[in-house]
Amino acid sequence: MSSADIYREIILDYYRNPRNYGRLEMPDVVVRDTNPLCGDEVEMHIKFEDGKIKDIRFNGKGCAISQASASMLTEMVMGKSLEEVKALGKQDILEALGLPNLGPARIKCALLSLKVFKLGIYSYLAEKIGESEASNIKEEASKLF
Amino acid sequence: MLSIIDVERIRADFPILSRKVRNGKRLIYFDNAATTQKPRQVIDAIYNYYMNYNANIHRAVHQLSEEATEAYEGARSKVARFINAKDEEVVFVRNATEAINLVAYAWGRANIDAGDTIVVSEMEHHSNIVPWQLLAKEKGAKLHYIRIDYNADGGSSTSSSTINYSDDGSLIMDDLYDVISHAKVKLVAISHMSNVLGTINPVKEIVDICRDKGIRVLVDGAQSTPHMPIDVKDIDCDFFAFSAHKMLGPTGVGVLYAKRDILDAMDPFIGGGDMIREVHKHAASWNDLPWKFEAGTPNIADVIGFGAAIDYLNAIGMENVRAYEHQLTEYMLSRLMEVKGLRLYGSKEADRRGAVFSFNLADIHPHDLATILDEDGIAIRSGHHCAQPLMERLGVAATSRASLYIYNTREEIDRFIDSLERARLIFRVGG
Repeated sequence: MSSADIYREIILDYYRNPRNYGRLEMPDVVVRDTNPLCGDEVEMHIKFEDGKIKDIRFNGKGCAISQASASMLTEMVMGKSLEEVKALGKQDILEALGLPNLGPARIKCALLSLKVFKLGIYSYLAEKIGESEASNIKEEASKLF
Repeated sequence: MLSIIDVERIRADFPILSRKVRNGKRLIYFDNAATTQKPRQVIDAIYNYYMNYNANIHRAVHQLSEEATEAYEGARSKVARFINAKDEEVVFVRNATEAINLVAYAWGRANIDAGDTIVVSEMEHHSNIVPWQLLAKEKGAKLHYIRIDYNADGGSSTSSSTINYSDDGSLIMDDLYDVISHAKVKLVAISHMSNVLGTINPVKEIVDICRDKGIRVLVDGAQSTPHMPIDVKDIDCDFFAFSAHKMLGPTGVGVLYAKRDILDAMDPFIGGGDMIREVHKHAASWNDLPWKFEAGTPNIADVIGFGAAIDYLNAIGMENVRAYEHQLTEYMLSRLMEVKGLRLYGSKEADRRGAVFSFNLADIHPHDLATILDEDGIAIRSGHHCAQPLMERLGVAATSRASLYIYNTREEIDRFIDSLERARLIFRVGG
Protein backbone atom coordinates (compact mmCIF):
# COMPACT_ATOMS: atom_id res chain seq x y z
CA MET A 1 0.00 0.00 0.00
CA SER A 2 1.52 3.29 -1.06
CA SER A 3 1.33 6.60 0.76
CA ALA A 4 -0.89 7.93 -1.95
CA ASP A 5 -3.36 5.14 -1.04
CA ILE A 6 -3.02 5.68 2.68
CA TYR A 7 -3.43 9.43 2.66
CA ARG A 8 -6.51 9.60 0.49
CA GLU A 9 -8.69 12.69 0.52
CA ILE A 10 -11.08 11.18 3.06
CA ILE A 11 -8.37 10.53 5.67
CA LEU A 12 -6.90 13.99 5.22
CA ASP A 13 -10.38 15.46 5.49
CA TYR A 14 -11.07 13.68 8.80
CA TYR A 15 -7.59 14.68 10.02
CA ARG A 16 -8.03 18.35 9.22
CA ASN A 17 -11.77 18.62 9.91
CA PRO A 18 -12.44 16.03 12.58
CA ARG A 19 -16.11 15.20 13.28
CA ASN A 20 -17.24 14.90 16.90
CA TYR A 21 -14.09 16.59 18.12
CA GLY A 22 -14.13 18.04 21.61
CA ARG A 23 -15.52 17.17 25.02
CA LEU A 24 -18.93 16.50 26.59
CA GLU A 25 -20.27 18.54 29.47
CA MET A 26 -21.58 15.62 31.52
CA PRO A 27 -20.05 12.43 30.17
CA ASP A 28 -20.64 9.09 31.88
CA VAL A 29 -17.17 8.01 30.95
CA VAL A 30 -13.93 9.78 30.10
CA VAL A 31 -11.17 7.52 28.93
CA ARG A 32 -7.78 8.29 27.50
CA ASP A 33 -4.84 6.32 26.22
CA THR A 34 -1.60 6.98 24.43
CA ASN A 35 0.61 5.05 22.13
CA PRO A 36 3.94 5.42 23.94
CA LEU A 37 5.90 4.54 20.84
CA CYS A 38 4.46 7.36 18.75
CA GLY A 39 3.04 9.66 21.36
CA ASP A 40 -0.40 9.50 19.73
CA GLU A 41 -3.12 10.50 22.18
CA VAL A 42 -6.85 9.85 22.10
CA GLU A 43 -9.39 10.81 24.75
CA MET A 44 -13.07 9.91 24.47
CA HIS A 45 -16.07 11.30 26.29
CA ILE A 46 -19.10 9.01 26.15
CA LYS A 47 -22.68 9.47 27.31
CA PHE A 48 -25.01 6.48 27.52
CA GLU A 49 -28.82 6.31 27.58
CA ASP A 50 -31.18 3.33 27.39
CA GLY A 51 -28.39 0.97 26.53
CA LYS A 52 -27.23 3.15 23.65
CA ILE A 53 -24.43 5.56 22.89
CA LYS A 54 -26.27 8.82 23.35
CA ASP A 55 -23.34 11.06 22.55
CA ILE A 56 -19.62 10.80 22.03
CA ARG A 57 -16.69 13.19 21.48
CA PHE A 58 -13.00 12.66 21.08
CA ASN A 59 -9.94 14.83 21.36
CA GLY A 60 -6.24 14.20 21.15
CA LYS A 61 -3.22 14.65 19.00
CA GLY A 62 -1.29 12.44 16.70
CA CYS A 63 -0.83 11.39 13.13
CA ALA A 64 -3.46 11.58 10.43
CA ILE A 65 -4.31 7.89 10.76
CA SER A 66 -4.85 7.97 14.53
CA GLN A 67 -6.97 11.11 14.50
CA ALA A 68 -9.02 10.21 11.42
CA SER A 69 -9.65 6.78 12.89
CA ALA A 70 -10.89 8.26 16.17
CA SER A 71 -13.21 10.63 14.36
CA MET A 72 -14.63 7.91 12.10
CA LEU A 73 -15.16 5.65 15.07
CA THR A 74 -17.27 8.24 16.87
CA GLU A 75 -19.50 8.45 13.79
CA MET A 76 -19.76 4.67 13.56
CA VAL A 77 -20.95 4.23 17.15
CA MET A 78 -23.15 7.28 17.62
CA GLY A 79 -26.66 6.17 18.57
CA LYS A 80 -25.78 2.47 18.38
CA SER A 81 -26.72 -0.04 21.08
CA LEU A 82 -24.14 -1.44 23.46
CA GLU A 83 -24.57 -4.85 21.88
CA GLU A 84 -23.77 -3.47 18.47
CA VAL A 85 -20.69 -1.54 19.52
CA LYS A 86 -19.32 -4.39 21.65
CA ALA A 87 -19.11 -6.42 18.45
CA LEU A 88 -16.86 -3.86 16.74
CA GLY A 89 -13.53 -5.38 15.78
CA LYS A 90 -10.31 -4.13 14.33
CA GLN A 91 -11.28 -5.10 10.79
CA ASP A 92 -14.29 -2.79 11.02
CA ILE A 93 -12.02 0.15 11.79
CA LEU A 94 -9.45 -0.71 9.15
CA GLU A 95 -12.17 -1.07 6.54
CA ALA A 96 -13.77 2.22 7.52
CA LEU A 97 -10.37 3.84 7.05
CA GLY A 98 -9.98 2.04 3.75
CA LEU A 99 -6.72 0.56 5.02
CA PRO A 100 -7.40 -3.17 5.39
CA ASN A 101 -3.72 -4.07 4.96
CA LEU A 102 -2.02 -1.47 7.08
CA GLY A 103 1.50 -2.57 8.03
CA PRO A 104 2.69 -3.42 11.53
CA ALA A 105 4.41 -0.07 12.07
CA ARG A 106 1.23 1.93 11.62
CA ILE A 107 -1.59 -0.39 12.66
CA LYS A 108 -1.34 0.82 16.25
CA CYS A 109 -2.11 4.32 15.05
CA ALA A 110 -5.32 3.05 13.45
CA LEU A 111 -6.44 0.96 16.41
CA LEU A 112 -5.69 3.28 19.33
CA SER A 113 -9.17 4.82 19.12
CA LEU A 114 -10.88 1.41 19.19
CA LYS A 115 -8.81 0.50 22.23
CA VAL A 116 -9.82 3.70 24.00
CA PHE A 117 -13.47 3.18 23.04
CA LYS A 118 -13.50 -0.41 24.29
CA LEU A 119 -11.90 0.68 27.56
CA GLY A 120 -14.66 3.28 27.82
CA ILE A 121 -17.35 0.63 27.37
CA TYR A 122 -15.56 -1.53 29.90
CA SER A 123 -15.38 1.15 32.54
CA TYR A 124 -19.11 1.89 32.08
CA LEU A 125 -20.12 -1.75 32.28
CA ALA A 126 -17.73 -2.55 35.10
CA GLU A 127 -19.70 -0.13 37.21
CA LYS A 128 -23.07 -1.38 35.94
CA ILE A 129 -22.65 -5.14 35.94
CA GLY A 130 -19.37 -5.67 37.81
CA GLU A 131 -15.73 -5.81 36.90
CA SER A 132 -15.52 -9.55 36.38
CA GLU A 133 -18.58 -9.64 34.08
CA ALA A 134 -17.14 -6.90 31.91
CA SER A 135 -13.55 -8.11 31.99
CA ASN A 136 -13.71 -9.74 28.54
CA ILE A 137 -14.10 -6.29 26.99
CA LYS A 138 -11.00 -5.05 28.78
CA GLU A 139 -9.14 -8.10 27.55
CA GLU A 140 -10.27 -7.46 23.98
CA ALA A 141 -9.01 -3.90 24.26
CA SER A 142 -5.61 -4.94 25.53
CA LYS A 143 -5.25 -7.56 22.81
CA LEU A 144 -5.78 -5.11 19.94
CA PHE A 145 -2.06 -4.41 19.69
CA MET B 1 32.93 20.58 -4.11
CA LEU B 2 36.16 18.88 -3.21
CA SER B 3 35.35 16.31 -0.57
CA ILE B 4 37.43 16.10 2.58
CA ILE B 5 36.95 12.38 2.79
CA ASP B 6 36.50 9.67 0.19
CA VAL B 7 32.83 8.95 0.79
CA GLU B 8 32.49 6.30 -1.89
CA ARG B 9 35.34 4.34 -0.40
CA ILE B 10 33.80 4.64 3.04
CA ARG B 11 30.40 3.55 1.73
CA ALA B 12 31.93 0.43 0.24
CA ASP B 13 32.88 -0.65 3.77
CA PHE B 14 29.25 -0.71 4.88
CA PRO B 15 27.49 -3.75 3.40
CA ILE B 16 24.06 -2.58 4.53
CA LEU B 17 24.24 0.60 2.47
CA SER B 18 23.96 -1.39 -0.72
CA ARG B 19 20.79 -3.19 0.27
CA LYS B 20 17.47 -2.30 -1.25
CA VAL B 21 14.39 -1.47 0.76
CA ARG B 22 10.70 -0.92 -0.07
CA ASN B 23 10.52 -2.45 -3.52
CA GLY B 24 13.97 -1.83 -4.81
CA LYS B 25 14.76 1.61 -3.41
CA ARG B 26 18.34 2.22 -2.41
CA LEU B 27 18.52 2.74 1.36
CA ILE B 28 19.15 6.26 2.57
CA TYR B 29 19.96 5.95 6.22
CA PHE B 30 19.29 9.24 8.04
CA ASP B 31 18.73 7.83 11.52
CA ASN B 32 22.30 7.97 12.77
CA ALA B 33 21.52 9.79 15.99
CA ALA B 34 19.60 6.66 17.02
CA THR B 35 22.27 4.22 15.94
CA THR B 36 24.81 4.13 13.12
CA GLN B 37 25.54 1.38 10.64
CA LYS B 38 28.61 -0.83 11.10
CA PRO B 39 31.53 -1.20 8.71
CA ARG B 40 32.77 -4.61 7.68
CA GLN B 41 35.88 -4.09 9.84
CA VAL B 42 33.75 -3.98 12.99
CA ILE B 43 31.61 -6.95 12.00
CA ASP B 44 34.77 -8.91 11.13
CA ALA B 45 36.42 -8.13 14.47
CA ILE B 46 33.44 -9.56 16.35
CA TYR B 47 33.25 -12.56 14.04
CA ASN B 48 36.97 -13.18 14.39
CA TYR B 49 36.76 -13.20 18.18
CA TYR B 50 34.02 -15.82 18.21
CA MET B 51 35.63 -17.86 15.45
CA ASN B 52 39.21 -17.88 16.69
CA TYR B 53 39.81 -16.84 20.27
CA ASN B 54 36.55 -16.88 22.19
CA ALA B 55 37.38 -17.19 25.88
CA ASN B 56 36.64 -15.43 29.11
CA ILE B 57 39.10 -12.73 30.06
CA HIS B 58 41.38 -11.90 32.99
CA ARG B 59 41.33 -15.16 34.92
CA ALA B 60 42.67 -18.03 32.88
CA VAL B 61 46.26 -18.72 31.87
CA HIS B 62 45.50 -20.49 28.60
CA GLN B 63 46.29 -18.95 25.25
CA LEU B 64 42.76 -18.12 24.12
CA SER B 65 42.08 -16.22 27.34
CA GLU B 66 45.36 -14.39 26.97
CA GLU B 67 44.44 -13.32 23.43
CA ALA B 68 40.92 -12.31 24.44
CA THR B 69 42.21 -10.31 27.41
CA GLU B 70 44.73 -8.56 25.22
CA ALA B 71 42.08 -7.64 22.65
CA TYR B 72 39.62 -6.48 25.30
CA GLU B 73 42.17 -4.36 27.17
CA GLY B 74 43.61 -3.20 23.86
CA ALA B 75 40.18 -1.82 22.98
CA ARG B 76 40.15 0.03 26.29
CA SER B 77 43.48 1.67 25.44
CA LYS B 78 42.12 2.69 22.04
CA VAL B 79 39.08 4.26 23.66
CA ALA B 80 41.26 6.00 26.25
CA ARG B 81 43.51 7.52 23.59
CA PHE B 82 40.49 8.47 21.50
CA ILE B 83 39.21 10.78 24.24
CA ASN B 84 42.64 11.57 25.75
CA ALA B 85 42.05 9.68 29.00
CA LYS B 86 44.08 7.11 30.89
CA ASP B 87 43.20 3.44 30.56
CA GLU B 88 42.10 3.16 34.18
CA GLU B 89 39.68 6.03 33.71
CA VAL B 90 37.70 4.16 31.05
CA VAL B 91 34.93 1.93 32.42
CA PHE B 92 33.01 -0.27 30.01
CA VAL B 93 29.26 -0.42 30.58
CA ARG B 94 26.29 -1.27 28.34
CA ASN B 95 25.56 2.18 26.96
CA ALA B 96 25.64 5.88 27.82
CA THR B 97 22.45 5.46 29.84
CA GLU B 98 24.11 2.92 32.08
CA ALA B 99 27.19 5.14 32.42
CA ILE B 100 25.01 7.99 33.71
CA ASN B 101 23.15 5.63 36.03
CA LEU B 102 26.46 4.36 37.38
CA VAL B 103 27.35 7.91 38.36
CA ALA B 104 23.89 8.53 39.83
CA TYR B 105 24.06 5.39 41.96
CA ALA B 106 27.71 5.06 42.92
CA TRP B 107 28.72 8.72 43.12
CA GLY B 108 25.35 10.43 43.55
CA ARG B 109 24.11 8.41 46.49
CA ALA B 110 27.30 9.15 48.41
CA ASN B 111 27.59 12.83 47.50
CA ILE B 112 24.12 14.31 47.01
CA ASP B 113 22.25 15.25 50.16
CA ALA B 114 18.87 16.70 51.05
CA GLY B 115 18.62 20.29 49.88
CA ASP B 116 21.36 19.94 47.25
CA THR B 117 20.64 20.86 43.67
CA ILE B 118 21.40 18.88 40.52
CA VAL B 119 21.42 20.97 37.36
CA VAL B 120 20.42 19.63 33.94
CA SER B 121 19.06 21.42 30.87
CA GLU B 122 15.82 21.48 28.93
CA MET B 123 17.45 19.76 25.99
CA GLU B 124 18.51 16.60 27.80
CA HIS B 125 17.72 13.09 26.64
CA HIS B 126 15.62 11.12 29.14
CA SER B 127 18.76 9.20 30.04
CA ASN B 128 20.22 12.37 31.53
CA ILE B 129 17.02 13.32 33.35
CA VAL B 130 15.42 10.24 34.85
CA PRO B 131 18.48 8.97 36.83
CA TRP B 132 18.67 12.43 38.46
CA GLN B 133 14.94 12.50 39.16
CA LEU B 134 15.27 9.17 40.94
CA LEU B 135 18.29 10.37 42.90
CA ALA B 136 16.70 13.71 43.79
CA LYS B 137 13.55 11.97 44.99
CA GLU B 138 15.49 9.53 47.13
CA LYS B 139 17.68 12.20 48.69
CA GLY B 140 15.28 15.10 48.89
CA ALA B 141 17.47 17.04 46.46
CA LYS B 142 16.27 19.46 43.81
CA LEU B 143 16.49 19.23 40.05
CA HIS B 144 17.02 22.49 38.20
CA TYR B 145 16.71 22.99 34.44
CA ILE B 146 18.83 25.44 32.46
CA ARG B 147 16.43 26.85 29.89
CA ILE B 148 17.10 27.01 26.18
CA ASP B 149 16.88 30.13 24.08
CA TYR B 150 13.70 29.46 22.19
CA ASN B 151 10.47 31.30 21.53
CA ALA B 152 7.67 28.80 21.03
CA ASP B 153 5.34 31.45 19.61
CA GLY B 154 7.87 33.05 17.31
CA GLY B 155 7.84 32.17 13.67
CA SER B 156 4.68 30.14 13.48
CA SER B 157 4.63 28.01 10.43
CA THR B 158 1.94 28.10 7.80
CA SER B 159 1.66 26.07 4.68
CA SER B 160 2.53 29.03 2.51
CA SER B 161 5.41 30.45 4.50
CA THR B 162 9.00 29.75 3.72
CA ILE B 163 11.30 28.19 6.25
CA ASN B 164 11.01 29.62 9.68
CA TYR B 165 13.98 29.32 11.94
CA SER B 166 13.15 29.32 15.57
CA ASP B 167 15.56 30.87 18.00
CA ASP B 168 18.71 28.96 17.96
CA GLY B 169 18.13 26.49 20.78
CA SER B 170 21.26 27.29 22.75
CA LEU B 171 21.53 27.19 26.52
CA ILE B 172 20.72 30.34 28.47
CA MET B 173 24.00 30.53 30.35
CA ASP B 174 22.66 33.17 32.75
CA ASP B 175 20.45 30.45 34.18
CA LEU B 176 23.54 28.50 35.15
CA TYR B 177 25.24 31.51 36.75
CA ASP B 178 22.02 32.25 38.54
CA VAL B 179 21.44 28.82 40.02
CA ILE B 180 24.99 28.27 41.17
CA SER B 181 24.97 31.58 43.00
CA HIS B 182 21.67 30.84 44.78
CA ALA B 183 21.48 27.09 45.30
CA LYS B 184 23.77 24.45 46.71
CA VAL B 185 24.64 22.87 43.39
CA LYS B 186 26.63 19.64 43.58
CA LEU B 187 26.42 18.44 40.01
CA VAL B 188 25.77 19.80 36.54
CA ALA B 189 24.78 17.08 34.05
CA ILE B 190 24.68 18.36 30.50
CA SER B 191 24.66 16.99 26.98
CA HIS B 192 27.59 17.91 24.76
CA MET B 193 25.38 17.87 21.70
CA SER B 194 21.59 17.77 21.62
CA ASN B 195 20.07 14.69 20.00
CA VAL B 196 17.16 16.81 18.80
CA LEU B 197 18.45 20.31 18.05
CA GLY B 198 22.00 19.42 17.16
CA THR B 199 23.17 22.25 19.43
CA ILE B 200 26.78 21.91 20.52
CA ASN B 201 26.96 23.11 24.11
CA PRO B 202 29.92 25.06 25.56
CA VAL B 203 30.87 22.31 27.98
CA LYS B 204 34.35 23.66 28.57
CA GLU B 205 32.93 27.00 29.63
CA ILE B 206 30.41 25.23 31.87
CA VAL B 207 33.22 23.32 33.57
CA ASP B 208 35.13 26.59 34.05
CA ILE B 209 32.13 28.17 35.71
CA CYS B 210 31.63 25.17 38.00
CA ARG B 211 35.26 24.49 38.86
CA ASP B 212 35.74 27.32 41.36
CA LYS B 213 32.63 26.29 43.23
CA GLY B 214 33.67 22.67 43.51
CA ILE B 215 30.70 21.56 41.43
CA ARG B 216 31.12 18.29 39.55
CA VAL B 217 30.24 18.21 35.85
CA LEU B 218 28.97 15.22 33.91
CA VAL B 219 28.97 15.54 30.12
CA ASP B 220 26.67 13.30 28.10
CA GLY B 221 28.77 12.74 25.00
CA ALA B 222 26.51 10.21 23.30
CA GLN B 223 25.88 12.54 20.34
CA SER B 224 29.17 14.43 20.22
CA THR B 225 31.78 11.67 20.48
CA PRO B 226 30.86 10.07 17.14
CA HIS B 227 31.15 13.37 15.27
CA MET B 228 34.05 15.46 16.57
CA PRO B 229 37.41 15.21 18.31
CA ILE B 230 36.95 14.72 22.05
CA ASP B 231 39.54 15.61 24.66
CA VAL B 232 38.24 15.02 28.17
CA LYS B 233 41.33 16.59 29.72
CA ASP B 234 40.78 19.75 27.73
CA ILE B 235 37.08 19.85 28.64
CA ASP B 236 38.18 19.02 32.17
CA CYS B 237 34.82 17.46 33.05
CA ASP B 238 34.55 14.99 35.92
CA PHE B 239 32.42 12.44 34.08
CA PHE B 240 31.90 11.77 30.37
CA ALA B 241 29.49 9.18 28.98
CA PHE B 242 29.00 7.77 25.48
CA SER B 243 27.85 4.71 23.52
CA ALA B 244 29.69 2.57 20.97
CA HIS B 245 26.70 1.92 18.74
CA LYS B 246 26.32 5.57 17.76
CA MET B 247 29.88 5.61 16.42
CA LEU B 248 30.07 2.60 14.10
CA GLY B 249 30.47 0.14 16.98
CA PRO B 250 28.14 -2.60 18.17
CA THR B 251 25.22 -2.22 20.56
CA GLY B 252 25.76 -3.24 24.17
CA VAL B 253 28.91 -1.23 24.85
CA GLY B 254 29.09 2.14 26.50
CA VAL B 255 31.83 4.07 28.22
CA LEU B 256 32.02 5.98 31.43
CA TYR B 257 35.07 8.18 31.72
CA ALA B 258 35.69 9.66 35.16
CA LYS B 259 38.68 11.32 36.73
CA ARG B 260 40.91 8.92 38.53
CA ASP B 261 40.55 10.40 42.02
CA ILE B 262 36.76 10.38 41.74
CA LEU B 263 36.66 6.74 40.65
CA ASP B 264 39.05 5.88 43.48
CA ALA B 265 36.76 7.42 46.05
CA MET B 266 33.62 5.81 44.65
CA ASP B 267 32.17 2.55 45.89
CA PRO B 268 31.32 -0.06 43.26
CA PHE B 269 28.02 0.05 41.41
CA ILE B 270 27.45 -3.66 40.86
CA GLY B 271 29.01 -6.40 42.96
CA GLY B 272 30.22 -9.74 41.68
CA GLY B 273 33.14 -11.41 40.00
CA ASP B 274 36.09 -9.59 38.45
CA MET B 275 35.48 -6.43 40.46
CA ILE B 276 36.97 -7.83 43.67
CA ARG B 277 40.44 -8.21 45.09
CA GLU B 278 39.53 -10.53 47.95
CA VAL B 279 36.22 -11.91 49.11
CA HIS B 280 35.64 -13.34 52.56
CA LYS B 281 32.38 -14.49 54.04
CA HIS B 282 31.40 -11.09 55.34
CA ALA B 283 33.61 -8.60 53.57
CA ALA B 284 35.34 -7.95 50.29
CA SER B 285 37.91 -5.51 48.96
CA TRP B 286 37.80 -4.02 45.52
CA ASN B 287 39.85 -4.60 42.45
CA ASP B 288 41.90 -1.82 40.88
CA LEU B 289 40.43 0.69 38.46
CA PRO B 290 38.67 0.32 36.13
CA TRP B 291 37.76 -3.31 36.89
CA LYS B 292 36.23 -2.28 40.22
CA PHE B 293 33.28 -1.11 38.12
CA GLU B 294 33.10 -4.03 35.72
CA ALA B 295 31.47 -6.84 37.67
CA GLY B 296 30.80 -10.13 35.92
CA THR B 297 31.84 -11.24 32.46
CA PRO B 298 31.72 -8.15 30.29
CA ASN B 299 30.59 -7.83 26.68
CA ILE B 300 33.96 -9.00 25.37
CA ALA B 301 33.11 -9.44 21.71
CA ASP B 302 31.43 -6.09 21.34
CA VAL B 303 34.15 -4.22 23.20
CA ILE B 304 36.60 -5.72 20.71
CA GLY B 305 34.25 -4.65 17.91
CA PHE B 306 34.21 -1.17 19.39
CA GLY B 307 38.00 -1.13 19.26
CA ALA B 308 37.74 -1.78 15.51
CA ALA B 309 35.26 1.10 15.19
CA ILE B 310 37.74 3.43 16.91
CA ASP B 311 40.45 2.27 14.51
CA TYR B 312 38.13 2.98 11.61
CA LEU B 313 37.32 6.51 12.81
CA ASN B 314 40.99 7.22 13.56
CA ALA B 315 41.92 6.21 10.03
CA ILE B 316 39.54 8.88 8.71
CA GLY B 317 40.50 11.35 11.42
CA MET B 318 37.95 12.97 13.70
CA GLU B 319 38.87 16.45 12.43
CA ASN B 320 37.93 15.23 8.96
CA VAL B 321 34.71 13.67 10.22
CA ARG B 322 33.71 16.99 11.74
CA ALA B 323 34.77 18.97 8.66
CA TYR B 324 32.86 16.69 6.28
CA GLU B 325 29.71 16.77 8.41
CA HIS B 326 30.05 20.54 8.61
CA GLN B 327 29.88 20.65 4.81
CA LEU B 328 26.88 18.31 4.77
CA THR B 329 25.23 20.47 7.44
CA GLU B 330 25.67 23.65 5.42
CA TYR B 331 24.22 21.96 2.37
CA MET B 332 21.31 20.44 4.29
CA LEU B 333 20.46 23.80 5.88
CA SER B 334 20.44 25.51 2.48
CA ARG B 335 18.21 22.81 0.98
CA LEU B 336 15.80 22.75 3.93
CA MET B 337 15.40 26.48 3.49
CA GLU B 338 13.85 25.84 0.07
CA VAL B 339 11.04 23.67 1.41
CA LYS B 340 7.89 25.69 1.94
CA GLY B 341 6.16 25.27 5.27
CA LEU B 342 9.13 23.62 6.91
CA ARG B 343 10.06 24.64 10.41
CA LEU B 344 13.50 23.71 11.69
CA TYR B 345 14.24 23.50 15.40
CA GLY B 346 17.77 24.57 16.26
CA SER B 347 20.57 26.71 14.94
CA LYS B 348 21.01 27.48 11.25
CA GLU B 349 24.72 28.01 11.74
CA ALA B 350 26.74 24.93 10.90
CA ASP B 351 29.51 26.03 13.30
CA ARG B 352 27.23 25.72 16.27
CA ARG B 353 25.55 22.44 15.54
CA GLY B 354 25.96 18.89 14.41
CA ALA B 355 24.27 17.16 11.49
CA VAL B 356 21.00 16.33 13.25
CA PHE B 357 17.97 18.16 11.94
CA SER B 358 14.61 18.21 13.71
CA PHE B 359 11.72 19.79 11.89
CA ASN B 360 8.04 19.81 11.15
CA LEU B 361 6.51 20.20 7.71
CA ALA B 362 3.22 22.15 7.60
CA ASP B 363 0.54 20.17 9.46
CA ILE B 364 1.91 16.77 8.47
CA HIS B 365 2.42 14.69 11.58
CA PRO B 366 5.99 13.33 11.85
CA HIS B 367 4.76 9.73 11.75
CA ASP B 368 2.92 10.33 8.53
CA LEU B 369 5.97 12.06 7.09
CA ALA B 370 8.22 9.17 8.15
CA THR B 371 5.86 6.73 6.44
CA ILE B 372 6.05 8.67 3.18
CA LEU B 373 9.85 8.97 3.34
CA ASP B 374 10.18 5.30 4.21
CA GLU B 375 8.37 4.50 0.99
CA ASP B 376 11.20 6.28 -0.82
CA GLY B 377 13.75 4.19 1.07
CA ILE B 378 14.65 7.02 3.45
CA ALA B 379 14.98 6.13 7.13
CA ILE B 380 14.30 9.04 9.45
CA ARG B 381 12.99 9.12 12.99
CA SER B 382 9.75 10.65 14.16
CA GLY B 383 8.48 11.21 17.65
CA HIS B 384 9.73 12.80 20.84
CA HIS B 385 13.28 11.41 20.55
CA CYS B 386 13.35 10.57 24.27
CA ALA B 387 13.33 14.29 25.03
CA GLN B 388 9.78 15.02 26.15
CA PRO B 389 10.67 18.03 28.33
CA LEU B 390 12.28 19.56 25.24
CA MET B 391 9.21 18.78 23.09
CA GLU B 392 7.12 20.53 25.73
CA ARG B 393 9.45 23.53 25.58
CA LEU B 394 9.24 23.60 21.79
CA GLY B 395 5.46 23.37 22.06
CA VAL B 396 5.21 20.31 19.83
CA ALA B 397 4.17 16.73 20.45
CA ALA B 398 6.74 15.35 18.08
CA THR B 399 9.21 16.24 15.36
CA SER B 400 10.74 14.52 12.39
CA ARG B 401 14.48 14.07 12.64
CA ALA B 402 17.10 13.42 9.99
CA SER B 403 20.58 12.71 11.33
CA LEU B 404 23.64 12.21 9.14
CA TYR B 405 27.02 10.54 9.34
CA ILE B 406 30.21 10.11 7.35
CA TYR B 407 28.68 7.80 4.75
CA ASN B 408 25.88 10.17 3.82
CA THR B 409 26.11 12.33 0.71
CA ARG B 410 24.78 15.49 -0.89
CA GLU B 411 22.96 13.38 -3.43
CA GLU B 412 21.12 11.63 -0.58
CA ILE B 413 20.16 15.03 0.81
CA ASP B 414 18.74 15.91 -2.62
CA ARG B 415 16.64 12.74 -2.66
CA PHE B 416 15.48 13.49 0.88
CA ILE B 417 14.36 16.98 -0.15
CA ASP B 418 12.53 15.52 -3.18
CA SER B 419 10.73 13.17 -0.83
CA LEU B 420 9.67 16.07 1.42
CA GLU B 421 8.20 17.73 -1.66
CA ARG B 422 6.34 14.53 -2.49
CA ALA B 423 4.93 14.52 1.07
CA ARG B 424 3.66 18.06 0.51
CA LEU B 425 1.84 16.87 -2.61
CA ILE B 426 0.33 13.80 -0.94
CA PHE B 427 -0.88 15.91 1.96
CA ARG B 428 -2.09 18.57 -0.45
CA VAL B 429 -0.18 21.25 1.40
CA GLY B 430 -0.82 24.54 -0.39
CA GLY B 431 1.60 27.30 -1.23
